[in-house]
Amino acid sequence: MEKPVAPAAREVAGDSYAGLNAGVWRLIGVLALIALAAALPFALSKYQVFELTMVMIYAIAVLGLNILTGYNGQISLGHGGFFAAGAYTAAILMHRYGVPYWATLPPAALICFVLGVLFGLPALRFEGPYLALVTLAMALAMPQLLKYFDTWTGGQQGINLVKPLPPPGLGLDHDRWLYFVVFVVLLLAIRVAANLLNGRTGRAFVAIRDHPIAATAMGIDTARYKTIAFGTSTLFTGVAGALSAIVIGFVAPESFSLFLSISFLVGSAVGGIATISGAIVGGFFIQFVPNLANDISDAAPWAIYGLAMLLFMYAMPRGVVGSLGPWLARWKRQA
Amino acid sequence: MGVMRTRKHAATGLAAAAGVILASGLAWAADQYGPGVTDSEIKLGNTMPYSGPASGLGTLGKAEAAFFAMINDQGGVNGRKINFITRDDGYSPPKTLEITRHLVEEEQVLLMFSALGTATNTAVQDYLNDSKVPQLFIATGAAKWDDPKHHPWTIAFTPNYHIESRIYGRYIGKSLPNAKIAVLYQNDDFGKDYLVGLREGLGDKAEKMIVATKSYETTDPTVDSQIVTLQGSGADVLLTAAVPKFAAQAIRKVYDIGWKPTHFLSYPSSSIGGVMKPAGLEKSVGIISATPFKDGTDPQWQDTAEFKDWAGWMQKYNSAANFGDPFYVDGYIRGQLMLTLIKTAGNDLTRENMMKLATSMRDVKLPMLLPGITASTGPDDYQPLKQMQLQRFDGNTWKLFGEVISGSGS
Amino acid sequence: MHQLLQQIFSGLAAGAIYASVALALVMIYRATDLVNFAQGEMAMFSTYIAWTLVNAGVPFWGAYLITLTVSFLGGMMIERVLIRPVENAPVLAAVVVTIGLLLIFNATAGWIYTYTVQDFPSPFPDRPIFGALMTTRDLGVIVVTLAMLVLLFAFFRFTPIGLAMRAAAQNPQSAQLCGIHVGRMLALGWGLAAAIGATAGIMVAPVLFLDPNMMGGVLVYAFAGALLGGITSPVGAVVGGLMVGVTENLVGTYLIASQLKLTVAFALIILVLVFKPNGLFGTAIVRRV
Repeated sequence: MEKPVAPAAREVAGDSYAGLNAGVWRLIGVLALIALAAALPFALSKYQVFELTMVMIYAIAVLGLNILTGYNGQISLGHGGFFAAGAYTAAILMHRYGVPYWATLPPAALICFVLGVLFGLPALRFEGPYLALVTLAMALAMPQLLKYFDTWTGGQQGINLVKPLPPPGLGLDHDRWLYFVVFVVLLLAIRVAANLLNGRTGRAFVAIRDHPIAATAMGIDTARYKTIAFGTSTLFTGVAGALSAIVIGFVAPESFSLFLSISFLVGSAVGGIATISGAIVGGFFIQFVPNLANDISDAAPWAIYGLAMLLFMYAMPRGVVGSLGPWLARWKRQA
Repeated sequence: MGVMRTRKHAATGLAAAAGVILASGLAWAADQYGPGVTDSEIKLGNTMPYSGPASGLGTLGKAEAAFFAMINDQGGVNGRKINFITRDDGYSPPKTLEITRHLVEEEQVLLMFSALGTATNTAVQDYLNDSKVPQLFIATGAAKWDDPKHHPWTIAFTPNYHIESRIYGRYIGKSLPNAKIAVLYQNDDFGKDYLVGLREGLGDKAEKMIVATKSYETTDPTVDSQIVTLQGSGADVLLTAAVPKFAAQAIRKVYDIGWKPTHFLSYPSSSIGGVMKPAGLEKSVGIISATPFKDGTDPQWQDTAEFKDWAGWMQKYNSAANFGDPFYVDGYIRGQLMLTLIKTAGNDLTRENMMKLATSMRDVKLPMLLPGITASTGPDDYQPLKQMQLQRFDGNTWKLFGEVISGSGS
Repeated sequence: MHQLLQQIFSGLAAGAIYASVALALVMIYRATDLVNFAQGEMAMFSTYIAWTLVNAGVPFWGAYLITLTVSFLGGMMIERVLIRPVENAPVLAAVVVTIGLLLIFNATAGWIYTYTVQDFPSPFPDRPIFGALMTTRDLGVIVVTLAMLVLLFAFFRFTPIGLAMRAAAQNPQSAQLCGIHVGRMLALGWGLAAAIGATAGIMVAPVLFLDPNMMGGVLVYAFAGALLGGITSPVGAVVGGLMVGVTENLVGTYLIASQLKLTVAFALIILVLVFKPNGLFGTAIVRRV
């Protein structure tokens, strides 16, 4: 009788490549990316830095949506409204109360969290297209409310903001300084999201998304977690909104149309709705594809943008990261 | 309408270097070239809503592009072609900022010309003033742009909505002193400006005379409900401050419910083909508006040389367009004004000089302006056109009446 | 009192418009379990086709029939070619595809026909009735919408194809085992929805005036109306659409802050949904473990 053979060493977790294990390689990769992103502003023009800053802002907003719709399965057509809430919170604090720009982020985060929880409570009743409608109401109501309460919001005229000054002595201009501010917030957002989603809360989110009945049966307080998901999601998007007010220097109801909410959803889907890094891809998509579409066709650029959406969905229905991720894992296993 | 976009940083750097060399070489020859200017080209930047709910207004940009196309076909100005770079901002201020920065920093345009929108231009106003880039002849009727002290690089063009509605207010106050006035307005700066100007024109009688106001959103499918409510107020004068689609609906509903007020219509919606015809020509009889421009369908201009020039341009470059569409007169006039400034500048094509010329216009006559109306600006006066004339629709065309009235606030 | 009546009738007229588009939304949802965000733009595009025909001299009813056929075939083709690839993909992918379609139709219409507002002939004469509370044209819209409702209802309830379509949507595998060609049913559903949309657009264009953004605001209200009535119920779509129209008008008239009309109208709709989360006439989704 043959003795049982020990499993091949290859199958054990902690693969080793060139002397270092996979975890260390991943860390090196991430650090390299961060270093690259930090060096980039010095190689690009001010305008390109501005564009990349917008990409990162949209990435944070899309990350918020990913938490809610991707990990927790609650669709939202209203995140543009929460983005606006964050933007106006920052704008009003800066304009009316002279709050320095960096100090507007925590209040924006808090207010949007509370708003999200308040929204999430009635949203518990709804699913699918009904939830879509309720969130849609948020996106539509926002511009109206902003125009109506014009003593606070400046109404139609909007609020013009002073550009934040970079700290003296660093030798950075406005655009580059703001790039780094947003970059730091993005890193923070990713870290917080990763901790949340890879931990107990994240697993609860996913369980509720995939098997709500089983989750309840296992003792997960569905209502509590769904509400937390909503609040956390709007917190992220609200902070992104605050950053956008700071970087653009102007808020008006026109800046936050229904199309913005839809763009976030599209960015989410294209990047990969249940991923974190997909949010960054989504940010790139929202920022650059409309411009590219304009270069391709002067006459009907939005048709090209729509076409791009279709093509992305056909090729990668789970989004870029969502589709490439499993493919990469499979390739790695074969190696 | 070509848009060049050099994505590679190196290529941009090379082109910039070449431009600097060229410019410095020519500077030696005592000519002054600002950014976007070469011996053969002048770059102008523009943003317009070509998509989204405001896309009807993008027609102005199309008219201007067609004008510059004609100029270029005729050989350009002083040997230079005009590269009119216009981009869609969808009436979204963040997009406008992005595009304007691209035009100024990457395309290096000489100036921004005729960008459209109040919120959109507000978003870039500080940026352009800080960067000392002329924000010329912006296409918006908002009243706040006449502000040389705080924004010396920003200047509007057409009589703003305050001026227009002040004219209506003054006329009503004089000719219909016992009127009860109702107002339908779009719920944004455009609509609200009409309310403000109307009140100013009526003076202290405003509170008594304005008996009802109702607003609408561009997301509303119709304004029928608002018109019905306004009729219920017992008003016999109606001012409609609306964009073409809703103006047409308002005109039709007023007629359908048997209401016969003296109906004033905001100038931006006075296009016969775009408003009167859909509403119903017979339903639009008697409507009053004001204009600084000649109407493309008015027979009294048909035989003049200037009109024939314009008509020829329409036929060659805008064959699908409607002669009654005021955007094609507006755009033509703006183009001519820009052309005049460029010609006058000669070879001193710097941003400073263009701004100086734009703010020191003395009674500039432009062929498609109504006789008696000229463009004037000065260091304290950044509102080029201040006059309009009232016109009444007779079922076929607009008939001017009265005299040219000034609407400046005094 | 007269004001109130007038606003209610105005609301019914507007509501009929929402109801007709809501019917198309319900059609697609019942057939494919998908909300078609491009429904409004497809209807608008069909209307432009009709407009082109009418301008070329084709008599109205002929143009209508041609447009109906073209829309039906177009809808089927869109399902087969554009929606089919994401049928088995996550729902969000299909949603994004319909959003992409929305943009494509809107931009293409704007490019071909420009954004200038056009008028569109109406088959109904435009005479006031009920003492100027309504015109015959508004009544015509209501009548046609109700007629479509009846046809749709009868189709689903009494015809074998209707039954097959319901089966294919509810349980594709079982339906296939019964010999129902599921793919064909899906395509048929889209085709019918496109035809309904085309009818809605053609009826509505004389009222709203034809321009590429004609359906933008309508779609949102139609969506609300469809859900208020129950996304699976054609009767609900019509009732919901009419209710949304009347609510919107009354709120706009009597609310002090009429600039918040949209907000309040939606708040009211959501309030109703809180008590009836599947809409007034919708069936509850029962999940079995």
